[in-house]
Amino acid sequence: MLREKVIGRPVPRKEGLDKVTGRAQYVDDLTFPGMIHGVTVRSEIPRGKILRIEYGPGIPWNEFIIATAADIPGKNAVSLILDDQPCLAIQVINHAEEPVVLLAHPDRYVLERARLAVRIVTEPLPAVFTIDESMSGKTTVWGEDNIFKSYHLEKGNVDAAWANADYIIEGDYETGAQEQLYIETNGVIAVANPHDGVTVWGSMQCPYYVQKALMTIFGLPAEKTRIIQTETGGGFGGKEEYPSMIAAHAALLAWKSGKPVKLIYDRAEDMAATTKRHPSRTRHRTAVTKDGKLLAMDIDFAIDGGAYATLSSVVLSRGTIHAAGPYSCPNVRIRSRAYATNHPPRGAFRGFGAPQSIFALERQMNRVSAAVGLSPEEFRRRNFLQTGDTTATGQVIREKVDLAGLLGRALEASSYQIKKEQFAAQNRGKQAVRKGIGFATFMHGAGFTGSGEQHLKSVVGVEATAGGRVRILVASTEIGQGTQTILSQIAAETLGLNYEDIEIAPPDTASVPNSGPTVASRTCMIVGKLVESASVGLKQSLIQAGLLAGGYTADAFRAACRSYIAKFGALRSFSQYEAPPGIRWDDERYQGEAYAAFSWAAYVAEVSVDMTTCEIRVDDFVALQEVGRVIHPVLAKGQIEGGVAQGIGYAICEHVVSKNGRMINNQMTNYVMPTAVDLPPIRVFFEENPYSYGPAGAKGLGELPLDGPAPAILNAVENAIGRPVNRIPLRPEDMMEILNA
Amino acid sequence: MREKVRVRLLANGKTHEVETYAMARLLDVLREDLRLTGVKEGCGEGECGACSVLINGDLVNSCLVPALQADGASITTIEGLAPNGHLDRIQTAFVEHGGAQCGICTPGMILAAVHLLQTISTPTEEQIRGGLAGNLCRCTGYASIVEAVKHASANILEPPQP
Repeated sequence: MLREKVIGRPVPRKEGLDKVTGRAQYVDDLTFPGMIHGVTVRSEIPRGKILRIEYGPGIPWNEFIIATAADIPGKNAVSLILDDQPCLAIQVINHAEEPVVLLAHPDRYVLERARLAVRIVTEPLPAVFTIDESMSGKTTVWGEDNIFKSYHLEKGNVDAAWANADYIIEGDYETGAQEQLYIETNGVIAVANPHDGVTVWGSMQCPYYVQKALMTIFGLPAEKTRIIQTETGGGFGGKEEYPSMIAAHAALLAWKSGKPVKLIYDRAEDMAATTKRHPSRTRHRTAVTKDGKLLAMDIDFAIDGGAYATLSSVVLSRGTIHAAGPYSCPNVRIRSRAYATNHPPRGAFRGFGAPQSIFALERQMNRVSAAVGLSPEEFRRRNFLQTGDTTATGQVIREKVDLAGLLGRALEASSYQIKKEQFAAQNRGKQAVRKGIGFATFMHGAGFTGSGEQHLKSVVGVEATAGGRVRILVASTEIGQGTQTILSQIAAETLGLNYEDIEIAPPDTASVPNSGPTVASRTCMIVGKLVESASVGLKQSLIQAGLLAGGYTADAFRAACRSYIAKFGALRSFSQYEAPPGIRWDDERYQGEAYAAFSWAAYVAEVSVDMTTCEIRVDDFVALQEVGRVIHPVLAKGQIEGGVAQGIGYAICEHVVSKNGRMINNQMTNYVMPTAVDLPPIRVFFEENPYSYGPAGAKGLGELPLDGPAPAILNAVENAIGRPVNRIPLRPEDMMEILNA
Repeated sequence: MREKVRVRLLANGKTHEVETYAMARLLDVLREDLRLTGVKEGCGEGECGACSVLINGDLVNSCLVPALQADGASITTIEGLAPNGHLDRIQTAFVEHGGAQCGICTPGMILAAVHLLQTISTPTEEQIRGGLAGNLCRCTGYASIVEAVKHASANILEPPQP
């Protein structure tokens, strides 16, 4: 094989030109003849009975298309894992902003007045808003016990370990909700009628999830439920499951009106009504010897799932598995539960449960090291997982891993030791600004958890075009992370072609196979591997047909494609997921290979704490990781920088304020995300260690950068002020309480 | 209240006359009447800068401007930056340095960068960050955007080699 020509090169992003010229077409940029607009009327109370719906005076209601649950042709459920969430509420309300009535009209301005004139008359019922209230069971709001899902994972014998411990350290940690805040809000356009079925264009991560949901709601077969992704202005998990809901709403209005219906949320509606990162609480009890070896970890992890099950069970699963981190500990118990509350359902957000449990763990590890009298770095070095060790789920780490090396290099890049001493000296006086430095070490599993990928059985196709180019057929979406570019690089490299010779079909369920959802850091490692193997298949078809010989040129390849197509009609090659050897998973005991591969990282944050204003500023950030082979250096770096920025927001400024279950700071003005002046330089380093079963050796990296910033920053804040900080977000007002305590 | 008015806009060098509500947002007139959909809406309250355009050379959030107020004004949107298909140096730098990820903030961000470089031809990193602080990006952490603007500003002094 020749030297890699395309992999590892900063080729231009496939859709980059369209994006910098404003030509890229997002869903709100599209308009159809005869198209009308839709809006959603939502509940104001968090829980209650719907008594009746009143349509107020002064509105020409006969001009409007009005849809309620009664208009749903199939089942009133947004089908995902459980079918507990209605598409439109009927009889009962389980959270504020729950959709109840849909309206459509040609004039958007008239529509908004009409929306305000609809009154949902309700009889309120008691509601629960916190994990504690839900756990107490005083009010049952979901199922029999308010529990969506629970896991119990045991390794070794935790109970027997306490007696041998020199130290036992306990800690409680909390994380808040977080808004994904993609800059393009949720939106779709639907065309639907009983004869042709339903077609939806929209901003989304997972066309096949939307298809599944709409098939249930409309009682239609797959071939009459067509979903097309339009250019998508960010997702971060926020467009994993919610697009099914908005697509169903637009499609219902289209079904009833016979006209194309555009439904686009404004920012306030998007923030108030759509999913957030799950708030969490983690309790740690850690046994350790006097020479700093972990003996036992007992971890209790709880998340607030909101009103319906949505993805909470799988968010909980990932959070549970990551809760014990990249450490070797002989005895581990993790108990976890996802609780129902009357908030709008929580959902997917980059990291998917791991940022929550890793925040707790990395704060706890610092406290344990302090109790033992070791530096945080030395304590971790004594406990890092090594090749051959087993994780909390009993998974043997088979690939090479060098966490001590990663940490060492990250500390060096950030001048950690020098700064730590310097800051300690500086902070001794009554400084107006105190400085601190801290770090976190962590991992993130790529692909679906456990047997997830085996159940998904993703399929990828590649086909030759008549012009001798190669087109990739995947449902994996470009949402800014670079799907189109990296998959094209992988195909080009495998086929020995130029990057420009590869194109990628638009994600349309009518023409691309189900390569699975665009989530879980799986697009590069799992889908990319399938692109690689499908490309090998394509090449072999040409060789077996006698049209191509080894050592071919791009021109010879093109000629061979043309001959093949002329002779046989079409040249396509498909590849379906098969687990790497030795992958086994026990869903009952939660033991086995949780993930085919982990990416590993060490992040260092340097902070200033203003002792007067209580503001925290991140002054420098080093993000060092091992993600296997880097397919595209600019895109990979961009993923890390963007993830770190979201992590910094998660740690120190992003706060969802709710009152009676309604988000009340649902604006960009008062939900504060970092601007260009709020962020430090984010210094990104990759250690390359090719993974045997990844495409060209690549693993996943999209979610990893959300896991580390919050604990690294809070460890740095603790270093600056000398007091524990165990809850995020840590805003100035929270800081003031801590400093005044 | 629902009286329509005639508004004359010089958008990207072309004169347009539209009939619209006096208080209609310039953003909507640009997107819907002029079909300049490169102007994006992110928040509708002047916080995110996705709808940034240049009005008589000033950087403005078009969601906050009533159309009538822009009567007679010269407006530049992203569509006006590369009219003949030749990318502006800032657009080129965004492509090369990964300044665009999902792309939804990109038109506004590029116009903010254009405005910045018209004001300060070779800004420091701090000045770049300050100049872009009115434009929110959720994908990049701004690092690659700042880098793109740095390179574009350097290109003012040193034109790229043929």
